Amino acid sequence: MNKITNIVVAGLGGQGVLKASDIIADVAFLAGFDVKKSETHGMSQRGGSVSSDIRFGEHVFSPMVPDGEADFLVVLTADQVEVNAAALSSCGVLVEPSQVDETKLGNKKSINVALLGTLSRHLKFSDEQWIEAIKRNLPEALHATNIEAFHTAKNAGVTS
Amino acid sequence: MDNKGKQLLNGDEAVAAAAFDAGITLGTGYPGTPSTEILEEFERLGGHAQWAPNEKVALEVGIGVAIAGGRTVVTMKHVGLNVAADPLFTVALMDIPGALVIVSADDPGMSSSQNEQDNRRYAVAAGVVMLEPSDAQEAYEFTLRAIEIAECWHLPVMLRLTTRVCHSKTLVMREGVSVPQSRVPEYVRNVSRRSMIPANARPAHKKLRESLAQIAQWNERSGPTEVIAGSGTLGIITSGISYQHVREAAPEASVLKIGMTHPLPMETIERFAATVDRCIAIEEGDPYLYEAIRTAGIEVEDKPSMYRFGELNIQRVRRIIAGDCSTEAKPVPGKPPALCPGCPHRTVFTSLKALNCIVSGDIGCYGLGVLPPFEAIDISVCMGASIGVGLGLRHALAEPEAKRVISVIGDGTFFHSGLTGIAEMVYNPPKTGHVVLLLDNGTTAMTGMQEHPGTGRTLDHHKTGKILIEEVIKSMGIKNVHIVDATRDPAAFEGLIQSSLDKSELSVIINRRPCLLAVKSIKEYEKCNEQNN
Repeated sequence: MNKITNIVVAGLGGQGVLKASDIIADVAFLAGFDVKKSETHGMSQRGGSVSSDIRFGEHVFSPMVPDGEADFLVVLTADQVEVNAAALSSCGVLVEPSQVDETKLGNKKSINVALLGTLSRHLKFSDEQWIEAIKRNLPEALHATNIEAFHTAKNAGVTS
Repeated sequence: MDNKGKQLLNGDEAVAAAAFDAGITLGTGYPGTPSTEILEEFERLGGHAQWAPNEKVALEVGIGVAIAGGRTVVTMKHVGLNVAADPLFTVALMDIPGALVIVSADDPGMSSSQNEQDNRRYAVAAGVVMLEPSDAQEAYEFTLRAIEIAECWHLPVMLRLTTRVCHSKTLVMREGVSVPQSRVPEYVRNVSRRSMIPANARPAHKKLRESLAQIAQWNERSGPTEVIAGSGTLGIITSGISYQHVREAAPEASVLKIGMTHPLPMETIERFAATVDRCIAIEEGDPYLYEAIRTAGIEVEDKPSMYRFGELNIQRVRRIIAGDCSTEAKPVPGKPPALCPGCPHRTVFTSLKALNCIVSGDIGCYGLGVLPPFEAIDISVCMGASIGVGLGLRHALAEPEAKRVISVIGDGTFFHSGLTGIAEMVYNPPKTGHVVLLLDNGTTAMTGMQEHPGTGRTLDHHKTGKILIEEVIKSMGIKNVHIVDATRDPAAFEGLIQSSLDKSELSVIINRRPCLLAVKSIKEYEKCNEQNN
């Protein structure tokens, strides 16, 4: 059966929503899935609400996650949870900053990648695939901090 | 499953990859969401790309390249084609041996635009061949096919993208797609087919219609059309991104996906429609396919009118098929975009609001001056309109109100289409004079910090000729030209605006302070260019 995994990443312009969604799309790509990712540019640069949809599976048609059908909703800032809540399916999983201990992050800006660590607990990709995707999407100077953020969140005792 | 040999690209990047693989001689265009990344990516891949002052000039440069036998992609957002429409309608009549591919990136739903015009109408109005990809793979393939078709028929070809094709990443396989062989440009004179005086244009128009009839036949036989055989009860005719939503919303339906949507393969459509009990045209925006198919006398349903507005998606396609016209759930309003903290435009709009100005605005970041907390802009139409509209208000209003009118335009927009507004102002000055406030932040900020003729740097940020705004304005005959920085001294700025409004003369006030987001990069480019000198 062609089961598609639907993920929505949301937040505000400048928080790294598009970067986080690029990494998720890339990890699915590296794992050999058909993958589509959709985003809205333009006005998003000016601090407004931004969201990006990632869908992967054996074969994906539409790049957009239908409302109420997201398996995972990753929100980078608490005040954007309500705005995007309609995306999540009734049995979907919400991943939000309260699940990560920000004081343990080397740089608070890595919250987007840290939340991917939390998300990764629910997905069947290997750590190697995640690390590879993180490296492919960030400049080298940021690799160490972000890989650490990923692991910190992934291995945190917090349950979601 | 394996993605060997594939890349994850968005539609813009896929067009750029095709342009690069096809050895495009020159890519030119004007930045505009969602088309901007095409030329930036083409340049990054190693192609020769440049920003033109506006879309009309870009298309004209492209025409020259194609007349010389070269290949070109000319990129713009949908409203940019309005600016380029003049050359478009006439180049359609001409014999151009090279490949002229015009990319129109439409924005249904207006994620970052002032209207949601459907540029498929342009293909019909101008008589231009049009291809519509539905994902990045097709964006890659259709760009190459557009080049082939253009060179085969010596006609321009439009590639119509939409926001969701431009900004969705999907898998792209470049290997195995045939790339048309390029030729070395050379000039071959053909005056009767290239100089469109009436005596030449009359037969050229007839020739164009003959060519389009032949291309329609080619489209029937060999066009990029796909038929998905499904149920006999429901048939869907679609194109572009709508196809992707359709396949998921109605996996059981028979689907006809049209890749070349002008001229349409009407015989193929008729045959398809005859195989199903119920046939619906599902398309984003205008009922373009529906109207054409009905005009041909073929039975087809249109989507309910409420779905003409905004983008389609899987849910909306499900509703269209079900004939569901009940009110759609309203999305929870998100945080609107705002001028950045520390943005040089902020002080400006605070002052204009305090002075109770009637503000004729323009297109750019400063359009955000419409929204709270500023609510300082009264009118915005299209690129460059601030000056003309402001002058019109001045001519029509009684003096006390006329003297409150100010036009606000950015530096990029000024070079795009503000120069002719200044010419109008000097030529037909209102009795009360006029004040133009030029917000010079040293970049085309809204679309992501692109260069323009006033920055003195090319698309790839290398040093080039630089036009000084104040010198141009002075030489056009404006005597009161002031260069200020409102952020540094808001009170002096406000005083200058007020005294200029009081004067009954023509004034241009240039507020010069670089965009906060661009200032670091600008310094790096300048340093780099100095070292290379």
